[in-house]
Amino acid sequence: MPTDPLLTAHELECRRGRRRLFRNLAFGLGAGQMLQVSGRNGSGKSTLLRSLCGLTRPEHGEVNWRGVPIRANRDAFNAELMYLGHAGALKDDLSAHENLLAALDVAGRACSAEAAARVLDELGLAACAALPAKLLSQGQRRRVALARLWLSRDTPLWVLDEPFVALDADASAALRRLLAAHLENAGILVLTTHQEINVAPERTQHLRLDV
Amino acid sequence: MGSLLLRVMLRDLALAWRQRADVLSTLIFYVMVVSLFPLGIGPEPATLRVIAPGVLWVAALLAAMLSLSRLFAADHADGTLEQLLLSPHPLTLLVLAKITAHWIASGLPLVLMAPLLGVQLGMQAADIGVMALSLALGTPVLSLIGAVGAALTVGLRGAAVLASLLVIPLCIPVLIFGAGAVDADAGAAAYFSLLGALLVLALAGAPLAAAAALRIALD
Repeated sequence: MPTDPLLTAHELECRRGRRRLFRNLAFGLGAGQMLQVSGRNGSGKSTLLRSLCGLTRPEHGEVNWRGVPIRANRDAFNAELMYLGHAGALKDDLSAHENLLAALDVAGRACSAEAAARVLDELGLAACAALPAKLLSQGQRRRVALARLWLSRDTPLWVLDEPFVALDADASAALRRLLAAHLENAGILVLTTHQEINVAPERTQHLRLDV
Repeated sequence: MGSLLLRVMLRDLALAWRQRADVLSTLIFYVMVVSLFPLGIGPEPATLRVIAPGVLWVAALLAAMLSLSRLFAADHADGTLEQLLLSPHPLTLLVLAKITAHWIASGLPLVLMAPLLGVQLGMQAADIGVMALSLALGTPVLSLIGAVGAALTVGLRGAAVLASLLVIPLCIPVLIFGAGAVDADAGAAAYFSLLGALLVLALAGAPLAAAAALRIALD
């Protein structure tokens, strides 16, 4: 079911230092579609994701959201964007629960303390919700960082950098279900991963950066 | 909006409280630098009384520089800064909330400690009052100007030193008016007006500049 693309990139070119990572990159994603970016380490996957969010200014080309360049209307674009980078934006000295509330608050999606506790519970973090994040394992930290996705289902555009890293089988399966539900719900998904994730293959566009 | 800024500020203050060893080290640095002067120059009360305002102000400036790197460095390392940049709320105001929290955690203790150090240097009671007031007006300016330097150097190697080199020259007017207020006796009001003007100017300009600098630094 072809839909009008909401997120489009034209002739995108990014450099890191003097090295050109990619050029003439173009795609369009409509509601309910997903872009899976792959490529070897250093091929520019994270840079591409950062430029789609407006964090990195592309050398050339433009990213549009609903037909408007993202830099022209940054606040409105940010209100519809959920970005999860390599670093989970967790504060070591705040508890998992406080971290989740803080992240959602800054993202403009403030939720109740109970709703946050419920999601942590669903993700198997109930026992460590009150612990400082520095005491959590890598996988647990990743779950806390990802927990904000469960509370931003209304946010149309999700840009996720390696969301499956450090997750165990259960958490991966839960995340896959969430991503599939997001696409079903007319959300848009851009993610990088090294794994075969098989979330809604019929809705997925693939982009390999090193070819 | 206002309540969000309050929450961002309170969260930073809670973090500062949980990492209070960092905050305390700035304060101890301040006390130690000031205490070095009687040892280095000699304990004559007349000499110390003359140099006291300058010593307290220079030490406050150095202590403020020492605490600068804490403003954005941790947020940059753990990815919080990216999330601030992608917030639908105005970055300028979020930055202002962070600077305010930073001043309360690292500038205000200096202001409160200064009278005690003034006594140690043999200052008169009236001078100590003027001194504390000038620091109360001046240290927020240091935090505000410092934030621009911290934002410009975030993520760079040796960021703390580089930020100090950028910021210290800009802080010279604050130092002159701040330390000058104590020596001005009856004319202190004029110095306070100038410090107040600097504070208003910094409040209007620095968060905007720091926000723009953060966008460039994270590019």
